Amino acid sequence: MGRSLLGIEELDRIEIERILDRAVAFQPHGGPTFAKVNTCTGMMVVNAFFENSTRTRSSFEIAAHRLGADTLSITAAGSSVAKGESLVDTLNTLAAMRPSVIVMRHQASGAPHFLARHLSTPIVNAGDGTHEHPTQALLDARTILDRCGRLEGLRVVIIGDILHSRVARSNIFLLSKFGASVALCGPPPLLPREMAAIAPGIEIEYDMKRAVRGAQVIMMLRVQLERIHEPPMQAGEYFRFYGLRQEHIELAHPDVIVMHPGPINRGREISSEVADSQRSMILNQVENGVPVRMAVLERVLLS
Amino acid sequence: MKKLLIRNGRVICPATGHDGVADVLIEDGRIAAVGERLSASGAETVDAAGLVVAPGFIDIHVHLREPGFTHCETIATGSRAAAAGGFTTVCCMPNTNPVNDSATVTTYIVEKARREAVVRVCPIGAITKGSEGEELAAIGSMIAAGAVAISDDGRPVMNARVMRRAMETARALDIPVIQHCEDLNLSAGGDMHECTDSVRLGLRGIPAAAEDVMVARDILLAELTGARYHVAHISTKNAVAMVAFARRRGLPVTCEATPHHIALDTRHMRPYDSNYKMKPPLRSREHVEAVIEGIVSGAVDCLATDHAPHAGDDKMQEFERCPFGILGLETALGVALEVLVHSGRISLNRLIALFTSEPARVIGWKGEQARGALKPGMLGDVTILHPEYPWTYDVKNSLSKSANTPFNGRTFRGGPILTIVGGEIVWKAPSF
Repeated sequence: MGRSLLGIEELDRIEIERILDRAVAFQPHGGPTFAKVNTCTGMMVVNAFFENSTRTRSSFEIAAHRLGADTLSITAAGSSVAKGESLVDTLNTLAAMRPSVIVMRHQASGAPHFLARHLSTPIVNAGDGTHEHPTQALLDARTILDRCGRLEGLRVVIIGDILHSRVARSNIFLLSKFGASVALCGPPPLLPREMAAIAPGIEIEYDMKRAVRGAQVIMMLRVQLERIHEPPMQAGEYFRFYGLRQEHIELAHPDVIVMHPGPINRGREISSEVADSQRSMILNQVENGVPVRMAVLERVLLS
Repeated sequence: MKKLLIRNGRVICPATGHDGVADVLIEDGRIAAVGERLSASGAETVDAAGLVVAPGFIDIHVHLREPGFTHCETIATGSRAAAAGGFTTVCCMPNTNPVNDSATVTTYIVEKARREAVVRVCPIGAITKGSEGEELAAIGSMIAAGAVAISDDGRPVMNARVMRRAMETARALDIPVIQHCEDLNLSAGGDMHECTDSVRLGLRGIPAAAEDVMVARDILLAELTGARYHVAHISTKNAVAMVAFARRRGLPVTCEATPHHIALDTRHMRPYDSNYKMKPPLRSREHVEAVIEGIVSGAVDCLATDHAPHAGDDKMQEFERCPFGILGLETALGVALEVLVHSGRISLNRLIALFTSEPARVIGWKGEQARGALKPGMLGDVTILHPEYPWTYDVKNSLSKSANTPFNGRTFRGGPILTIVGGEIVWKAPSF
């Protein structure tokens, strides 16, 4: 399966560092936009998004263009999947057009892993179900490094709907590999105890005030109502016990940064006061999406 | 009068306690004699020297997919796969299309099997109409037409009152009620065993408790009604403990385990490979050990394959979209020998009991239908096997119409050699 990037779990620390280091070269460094580097001229990137996405898809498109590659984006609504074609047949059809890489997002966990066994075209996972979202974890790591200078020994707390979050899983795998201490916090039905065992150095804390104490990074997650198959916790109850507010910031490390993969729901998991504060890295994360995805695509395309 | 003489094999018949070199004579489709140096003029002979001669194997849990899903399997192909696994009797579950919930469908299967099957096919009728769990099916008529038990397998009977009525009916007919134990509210949407791996892979989990609560409820209903109650494909430590508990209280409660649930745990799963997706799901090691321990202690009564063929394109999908179930007939003996006998957990004689006398006892065939032992007058069904010879399972050569197995390419030590139904050789190992 060539140099597919399916998840953080199967990457080692050196490979991750290589991507994160390379991304620095693509950052604007005060310039108006990202450098146009054209290292991948003539390559063809197909973005196959079977689930809605605005930021990830546009970020991959910009990244590909900055590398000089051509792109084609298809979405489920306009694809033959809507006409009843199976995922394997759709991807085989796309692969027959000889793209250099297929960037894919799919609502089923493991869909890219399953396809990678049957396709020779490399696949970059842009989010699979409730499993992994590797480029999000990489851009989050780049953002933390830009601000804090290290991952090792950092105290990171991830708060919210952990069970349904692919962002959480990829971040847990990455942070654990780099020796960060990771606390998970969320309502018990959305944070199964088994989560503590998926990687080393993970702890679970159901009390948010205890979880944020001394935290240097707070990552908030959206409640993924579209993936919850039973009546969810009432919004007011959720915000009261798991919504991030100024009072939590005061319990955290004095230099704490606040992250969120977006889209954010103000007043549900985060207060506007915190979301719009100087500590909020939300737009830095979006910005870092482009250089990190350039590094990821370049790694696949030039291998 | 057609005669078949099987000579010089090591005859193991757990029901009679026979274990020693002997001849077996089958006349006119029935066992005529078991003894040393039998002679029969005009008999076809099979030299079984160096081989084990056992009663015909019985699998009380298969899906033959006919009528309705003949792109996955048919009575003809499924029965050939059964013969290749050493089975001479299979009981087919009613989740066909239409569901086997009437004498009409039961008769269709019985007649089709009479014409096209190479082994004996005994239908299991549905408990409820359409297996929808609400209204009892025509149970008496299906039994009269040849069904041997009732089950809504693939689905549980969720409504306790309906289950109670089914058990009352079954008791009067002296047939077992076979339950697919799964509380649908607890298992809803689950694709694998709920554990660290399900959380890690982002797959929805089926907790062990989904099986346990149904077993617990049903044991109470079995006590209330006095029915013979059988747990299909048992897979959890608490379910095994509860069956053992029920039996200590003298209740007619039995259970079966599948070869795959004792051979594989969640750690063996290739991520997102639907050849590892079935219900109940592959469990974690502690549950697998408990089921094996249940087999050793006798809490688990018999082995059954839950042979569940699915066409290739149904299984070539995103994991969560793939149907549940895997093949089982052709690999059952090889897997069971590996996990239970070669590992030293049970004797070969006990393993043969788990495939013969024990499933026969669970169903309760009587009189002319009696099977599962090499006793004169019983059906002339014999399985000849070799407990040591090495062979490799290649699903491309499978006699099933489907190929959904996690055991493709696996090399086994020991397997079936010759399958005999009613004195007729219906399958021979290619190397024999």
